[in-house]
Amino acid sequence: MKPILQVRDLITRFYSVDGVVHAINGVTFDLYASETLAVVGESGSGKSVTMMSLVGLIPMPPGKVEGGQALLEKGDGHLDLLSLSDDQLRHVRGGQIGFIFQDPISSLNPTMTIGQQIAESMTEHLGLSQAEARSSTIKLLRNVGIPDAEKRYNAYPHHFSGGMRQRVMIAIAVACEPKIVIADEPTTALDVTVQAQIVDLVKRLQDQMGMAVAWITHDLGVVAGIADRVLVMYGGTVVESARVDDLYEDPHHPYTIGLLKAIPRLDESGNDETEKLTSIEGTPPDLYQELTLCPFAPRCDYVFDRCWQQLPPLIQVDDQHSAACFYDVKRGEPRDDIE
Amino acid sequence: MQRYIISRTFQSLLLLLGVLIIIFFMVRLTGDPATLMVARDAPEEVREAFREKMGFNRPMIVQFSDYLFGIVQGDFGESLHFDQPALEIILERLPATFQLATVALLFAIVVAIPIGIIGGSNPGSPLDSLGRTLGLLGQTIPNFWLALILILIFAVNLGWFPSFGRDKTISVVLPAIALGFASMGQLVRLTRSAVLEIRNEDYIRTARSKGISTLRIGAKHVFRNAALALISVISIQYSYLLGGSIYIETIFSWPGLGNLLQQAVDGRDFPLVQAIAFFISFFVIALTLLTDVVYALIDPRIRYSR
Amino acid sequence: MTTAAPPVDFDQFEEQTWKTRLAYVTRLLLRDRGGTLGFILFILIVLTALLAPVVSPQDPLEQNLRAAKQPPAWEEGGSWEQPLGTDTLGRDMLSRIIYGTRVSLTVGFFGVLIAGTLGMVAGLTAGYLGGRVDSVIMGVVNVFLAIPYLVFVVVVAAILGRNLINVILIFGITDSPIFARVTRGEVLRIRESGYVESATSAGAGTARILFDHILPNLIGPLITLATFEMSAMIFYEAGLSFLGLSVPPSIPSWGNMLQVGRQYLTIYPWIATWPGVAIAITALSFNLLGDWLRDVLDPRLRRSRN
Repeated sequence: MKPILQVRDLITRFYSVDGVVHAINGVTFDLYASETLAVVGESGSGKSVTMMSLVGLIPMPPGKVEGGQALLEKGDGHLDLLSLSDDQLRHVRGGQIGFIFQDPISSLNPTMTIGQQIAESMTEHLGLSQAEARSSTIKLLRNVGIPDAEKRYNAYPHHFSGGMRQRVMIAIAVACEPKIVIADEPTTALDVTVQAQIVDLVKRLQDQMGMAVAWITHDLGVVAGIADRVLVMYGGTVVESARVDDLYEDPHHPYTIGLLKAIPRLDESGNDETEKLTSIEGTPPDLYQELTLCPFAPRCDYVFDRCWQQLPPLIQVDDQHSAACFYDVKRGEPRDDIE
Repeated sequence: MQRYIISRTFQSLLLLLGVLIIIFFMVRLTGDPATLMVARDAPEEVREAFREKMGFNRPMIVQFSDYLFGIVQGDFGESLHFDQPALEIILERLPATFQLATVALLFAIVVAIPIGIIGGSNPGSPLDSLGRTLGLLGQTIPNFWLALILILIFAVNLGWFPSFGRDKTISVVLPAIALGFASMGQLVRLTRSAVLEIRNEDYIRTARSKGISTLRIGAKHVFRNAALALISVISIQYSYLLGGSIYIETIFSWPGLGNLLQQAVDGRDFPLVQAIAFFISFFVIALTLLTDVVYALIDPRIRYSR
Repeated sequence: MTTAAPPVDFDQFEEQTWKTRLAYVTRLLLRDRGGTLGFILFILIVLTALLAPVVSPQDPLEQNLRAAKQPPAWEEGGSWEQPLGTDTLGRDMLSRIIYGTRVSLTVGFFGVLIAGTLGMVAGLTAGYLGGRVDSVIMGVVNVFLAIPYLVFVVVVAAILGRNLINVILIFGITDSPIFARVTRGEVLRIRESGYVESATSAGAGTARILFDHILPNLIGPLITLATFEMSAMIFYEAGLSFLGLSVPPSIPSWGNMLQVGRQYLTIYPWIATWPGVAIAITALSFNLLGDWLRDVLDPRLRRSRN
């Protein structure tokens, strides 16, 4: 199966008065049609910036995509998103790649009806007339589970609850049945019960429309529920990439291992009530420095001298499973087969 | 929303009453209004006669309620110098001030808003620098001085415009520019900062993620939200222009309320002064009320509040 | 699951002496060219006012009829003894401009002092006590704000008479509503932000809360506002002088000079030009300084520096 999106060595930097932020330092991954790829990492790891860089949505005065390729499959060829002008990218945004953002309150225009906010995407990319877009939007509203769709078309964002607003955002994202939907922490700002509904909705739409979903989150619980594959990011790089089961059962990168250990489990503590919750020591890397070493080195239990000298590349450790680490945790010794 | 309008109207009436009280007592600040209005060297009998005639010897409450009831019926007192009811004179001069303020506002809007929008959308560009310079100039150049300079250059040296009076249609140009210049500066600054702020909002990111055209984003997403902020500002500026025209009208001998006020103050015609002060305040309060109502109608968050 | 925090270098939190603070502020100032310019001008203007007798070439009050109506030195008929020319009574323009600084700065400084103190007290009371007290105080504030400033000031000045103290008092009182509003807004914001609640729950009394929590946060916005209002007061004073309602003509003030200059605008234009330039430069200095202060003081309260 060929991927519909191939990202290679993406580099993004932000130039500010306080210095240069090396936000993305050589990110490489694939996205396959109809799959759900979870992108996991802490704040600052570069999950959102990676995705936004692909379609030029990062603020461009301070930000700059400085290297790499993002090949989007198109008909009988590829389109390198990073080489397109802003005008050309506009066709990709919304039409080929849809976005769901985190905070539905601030992400919707308060002075425009939700119906119009959905329909304007359709008129732009699908060439529909106002009337056609309106009826398609109403159908879509019903599809995403908004009751009374015809009346609600003319309602404003502040008339809806958080969960409903997120459904509107989802409708906006899928309005033109894009190939890829990028969901940037869509459930983080919602109540737990509503979270589950939103996750189900996205899954249902995905089955219906066959799109690939890149689900950005820092919540490993959500990942377990919906992902086919997982990308773990740290310090602006991909540190591990695997199928979801493989990641949970057989993690290879020290960071992933630390993350999974940090999830408190009721069945582990036994009767020892004094056992502490595990956490990863140390603080995230300073992105003002160019990355010439493994970003996780200062916090790693298995660190050795090579880690401080070179940025580890992604090494294939199994089928559909790579990790960016010089240490072989399974064998308990540094790898000697990488140049 | 109707409740909102009603309560705002009521508030405005209260404000008006408050203004009336202040204006009433302003003239009595020194204790004896007669000393203000009668010639300095007039003998005491003349003053006493004056007091009797104007009813200044009556208890305050009586004086005030008389004053209040008079106003409600349209009686604003008589001008000491023009020997006419104050209301008449004011109504004569009103159109001139409105014309001046309106043209000044239009000048400010037409120049400031496009520059502010383009500047705010392209921070750091030459047009943006122009906008910021204009904003600064608007705040640093006193309008009465600007008026003099404009007269010197465009009326006296170049002869393009008359330097006083309201006779010709183009007479309004120089006064309007002098009066509106500061407002123009303010508007550029505020438009620019509103646009800048809005562009950083999340919903603009959403709009861009939809791939719709920049023009559409500007018009439907940026502008609509900016307009809300701008309506308040424009209204405040208009109030300022209505109430702040005294220098310009004096310099250009423009026959409006500001000019009248200056003459009245000069001639110690305080009944007229009071009437003018009240009228201008009335317009400002009415304008503010109108703006709040329009704002409530336009902002969907207020209009359709549950 | 760890939460991300930016790498904190605890070494930077060494003992902050006044020297390190001064160095920090100086660095901030030098980064902003506008602010630096404003600050330099400000110092120059203050020094000019303080050292007027030393700096000015001649006595501003001395009339020299032989040298009357002289144009600036670089024009025909001018002389370097009176570099900016003389007025109709032969008084040196440059010296009068220099002395005029005193009037403007005095009015600006003391006016803002009074307005700021009154306004701050009113705003603090209204914001902190809330309820009825708040409604009453803000009601009064709103009534004063409803009357167009210029109209109000002109009328009261006419009533009270030509006198520097009167002018300062008038400005002090009429400008206090703005300070009151800003203060109240800040107090409310601080109250809502929760740390008053936590201080109270830790047992802090009213005075403690006021001094430790509220006042430090007020200083920033109030100083910024004070800077802008000083500039505005200088404008207004000049305007009042222009109408003959401020200081008596014997005291050199920029507004007085403009009034004279207006009459001779077409024949001796320099009499009107220089005072205007002086006002503009002063206003520029205060505005640039105010802008810089606002950038420096506010973001620490609201946005994080990134």
